[in-house]
Amino acid sequence: MTARRPIVPFLRVPADGEPYLAGHRCTACGAIFLGPRLACGRCMARGSFEEVPLSRTGTLWVYSIVHQSSPGVPVPYVAAIVDLPEGVSVRCSLVDVAPDPAALSFGMPVEMTTAVSQQDRDGNDVVAFFFRPAQGGA
Amino acid sequence: MRDVHVAGVGMIRFGRYKDRDVPDLGGEAALLALDDAGLGVRDVEFLAAGSLFQANAMVGQRILQQIGQTGIPVVNVANACATGSTAFREAWLAVASGEHDVGMAVGVEQMGKMGLLGGGGGSGVRTEGVLGSGLMPAVFGQAGMEHMRRHGTTQAQFAKVAVKNHRHSTRNPLSQYQVEVSLDDVLHARMVAYPNTLYMCCPTGDGAAAAVLVSPEKARQLGANVKVLASVLTSDPWSERDLTLPDVNTLTRAAAARAYERAGVGPEDVDLVELHDCFATAELLHYENLGLCGEGEAGRLIDDGETAHGGRIPVNVSGGLLSKGHPLGATGVANVFEIVQHLRGRAGARQVDGARVGLAHVIGLGSACTINILGG
Ligand SMILES: [Zn+2]
Repeated sequence: MTARRPIVPFLRVPADGEPYLAGHRCTACGAIFLGPRLACGRCMARGSFEEVPLSRTGTLWVYSIVHQSSPGVPVPYVAAIVDLPEGVSVRCSLVDVAPDPAALSFGMPVEMTTAVSQQDRDGNDVVAFFFRPAQGGA
Repeated sequence: MRDVHVAGVGMIRFGRYKDRDVPDLGGEAALLALDDAGLGVRDVEFLAAGSLFQANAMVGQRILQQIGQTGIPVVNVANACATGSTAFREAWLAVASGEHDVGMAVGVEQMGKMGLLGGGGGSGVRTEGVLGSGLMPAVFGQAGMEHMRRHGTTQAQFAKVAVKNHRHSTRNPLSQYQVEVSLDDVLHARMVAYPNTLYMCCPTGDGAAAAVLVSPEKARQLGANVKVLASVLTSDPWSERDLTLPDVNTLTRAAAARAYERAGVGPEDVDLVELHDCFATAELLHYENLGLCGEGEAGRLIDDGETAHGGRIPVNVSGGLLSKGHPLGATGVANVFEIVQHLRGRAGARQVDGARVGLAHVIGLGSACTINILGG
């Protein structure tokens, strides 16, 4: 009996609904973190965080195109930093786009997608998130 | 805090020493530095040893087993690529505090062919290439792309850094590589992580460097006239994007501001800079981070040759990490070695004439930034 598990804890994969990224928002200053903190790294307020769902769309901040990687990692791939409208950034791979600077532009709209990236040691499907060029004219 | 002087430095050529080990390499550099200072191991009261891959292997004590066991206090330092420069700062603190009159810092690393690419994760779940990249070439590629985005910097401008530093290395007999490359060579070399090609990435290797730091009284006895004007270490404050992309700029700027203030000099007073060019993209960012030029002017600085040997503010005349090599723990002490040689007028064919003030900068991703400003 295998299960589906998200690749990182801040990726939420509800049984009924769209997967989304969850942020931890400091109630004192509004800074959002991916993953829990004991205190806010920005304003130092302790322990008052609320979980907020993050947008599935954002814009491409910067990227690199990786041609040489660790053993066993298929290349090339587009390594990206995506800015979400909530003011938080995500490290991700950009898919469904040519690994070529000519196909990529700073600030281009992108949207989140999910897929099973691999199986873990116990045979569970590992669900990962990716971003791709926005298709709905975001 | 009292003044601290650098009485001696030593360094072995960076490269591959597959028949030797870390304490042996570190010990050789330590003896070179002691000879340079005119001191013996019995004079050393404190040792800080920096070695990243062997951070848990008591490298400092094993170095003393190679060169003389006197029972002195030893600390072993790990701080990513800033490991060696942090060890230097520990030795500086030991002397500046008044606790010791002679301190030594040794930085040493044996990387073999193991690269900055590292191995797979331990969790059994691969994130590399799935959640973007955590590898150094991509991280510094992206950091360069930020500069491109903000200032219109071009890949060719980044590539010119590699051309310059590889050219500089041909005058440094201690450099791992001593080969000139053309702009065309750099741009057409194998792509590692856009925009950095092979020649725009530092090599891996083995190496060691050491420095002996002494009190003012000892310095007078020894005739040591290079002084540590500032030794600063910073970590990441909170910054925009919360380090989703490691931010090598903010903590460097903080370190530079503090170092210039402590040293009582400004960037205009600095005669040469050794900065952390682990990738060609990084060097241009640090021109601005260290105040060598204004915001957005780094591309022009490299275009105009201002940071080449003979230019207004020579950067990485040793060949830099790109060519001299980057044995992680050794790097931060080796760039102090370089500055000291110039301040003493002993840098040979690559001497920056009349150098009075030099700045050594290192970044350890994660992050740690050290800036040491020395005056002669
Ligand atoms: Zn806060």
